[in-house]
Amino acid sequence: MNMLEEKVLGIIEKNSRVSTREVAIVLGTQEIEIINALQSLEEKGIICGYHTMIDWDKTDIEKVTALIEVRVTPQRGKGFDEIAERIYKYPEVNSVYLISGGYDLLVTLEGRSLKEVSSFVSSKLSTLDTVISTATHFILKKYKDHGTIMARKEEDQRELITP
Amino acid sequence: MSKQEKLLAEKTVGLKPSGIRKFFDLVSEMKDAISLGVGEPDFDTPWHIRDEGIYSLEKGRTFYTSNSGLKELREEIAAYMKRTQGIVYDPVGEILITVGGSEAIDLMFRAMINEGDEVLIPEPSYVSYVPCTILADGVPVTIPLKNENEFRLKPEELKAAITPRSKILVLPYPNNPTGAVMEKDDLEAIVDIIIENDLYVLSDEIYGELTYSGKHVSIASFPGMKERTVLVNGFSKAYAMTGWRMGYACGPREILAQMTKIHQYAIMCAPTTSQYAAIEALKNGDGDVAEMRESYNQRRRFVMHSLAEMGLPCFEPQGAFYVFPCIKEFGMSSEDFAARLLTEEKVAIVPGTAFGDSGEGYLRISYAYSIENLRAALGRLSKFVKRLRGEN
Repeated sequence: MNMLEEKVLGIIEKNSRVSTREVAIVLGTQEIEIINALQSLEEKGIICGYHTMIDWDKTDIEKVTALIEVRVTPQRGKGFDEIAERIYKYPEVNSVYLISGGYDLLVTLEGRSLKEVSSFVSSKLSTLDTVISTATHFILKKYKDHGTIMARKEEDQRELITP
Repeated sequence: MSKQEKLLAEKTVGLKPSGIRKFFDLVSEMKDAISLGVGEPDFDTPWHIRDEGIYSLEKGRTFYTSNSGLKELREEIAAYMKRTQGIVYDPVGEILITVGGSEAIDLMFRAMINEGDEVLIPEPSYVSYVPCTILADGVPVTIPLKNENEFRLKPEELKAAITPRSKILVLPYPNNPTGAVMEKDDLEAIVDIIIENDLYVLSDEIYGELTYSGKHVSIASFPGMKERTVLVNGFSKAYAMTGWRMGYACGPREILAQMTKIHQYAIMCAPTTSQYAAIEALKNGDGDVAEMRESYNQRRRFVMHSLAEMGLPCFEPQGAFYVFPCIKEFGMSSEDFAARLLTEEKVAIVPGTAFGDSGEGYLRISYAYSIENLRAALGRLSKFVKRLRGEN
């Protein structure tokens, strides 16, 4: 990855809707360079998607997020990869991380209700052969997510004019 | 003699009110104006620095420090000067912690000026050099700088301003309001003149970290210059710490001793909480500075691009967070332009004349704002400029 690509990532990580023209302006280069950089980053799989940060708590749509600690028995020759794959293929699963420490996989899950999430854990996750145990934690409030603080930003409190 | 003259000190009453103050009063009547007029960062102080300040309060570190400031802070500043400029200062006797860089400016003048000594002040520049010179019984001699030189101080301009009474040269680079820098070659060209004429330098390097064309070079790093330079710097701009009031001066022991004496009687010591926070800034803040510098640089390019699009001529500044476009084509004064822009488009931009007469025909645009803010404000400026061109 070159310097330009790194800078492009720095900008679009914070705002993926910024135009290629504007990125070119602020980085002092040509728009075509930015388009090429984005294409190359996408091809290399470094950019995996352009998502939107949504604070669902502010909508009237019910959503619950759970963090599930999963202990599993690693399989010979495959380690944790196969069991991880079996888990991440469920569309309701948001993320799967292999973790060091007291348990093996950290799974985050989104559902419409506690019941929906619980039933996924009890009927699908726990019943996998290699899963030894699970512990489910429901998220009560998101303060900060993906580096973004959910609370409303304070207004600029500086004096309008200063020397 | 009127009553007021008896009541108040003539020297103070005689000072010109700051040009920025006048404009501020205009702006404060305008409730929903958007501003490009701020001379301070829009970032909050990085959290780890704020946290050290809070921790020092929790620990009950609410006492005075020594007059010259916490030793650990002075040692960190010495280390910073060594690693960034290769200059070695003794934390004992050659470094003084002040209440913002502005206190250090005042102290240096009061420590060095005898009545009638001349202080050479390149203009446009920060608003306090002239009044502080006058308050110290010095004579300010301004050197009007030129757009075609990108507002750098040229050797011939310096030479022309020197008289037998010249004592101090102010070097305010990177510059507020122009954004100009003095690169190594530019400094090299004036070093001999300074030494031959036995001048001392007040090098105000508060924007030093905000340099976009390579690294900032201090005049004090040239051979023979450390002995005749008081280097003023601080935490306000580099670490977004304006409200903490943290500055410092580095310089020759005999000058610093007198500055410390005034500081001791007038101030006592810089705020203790801020000093603890400043230690953290120097120890672990390099990454924050680099990140903010990159942000400013991106905005700088954005603003320059917008000005080019609206056809406002502006040299490309390489420092601080200001650009200084020329508005001479409209045939109106900077103040009139700024006032009309404010009433008609509700954008507050400081007229160049707030920073000296040689700022006439220019505006200071600050880019210490988010790109979104800049886009909105520059959009209005563009509309205004188009309208003016239509009128003529």
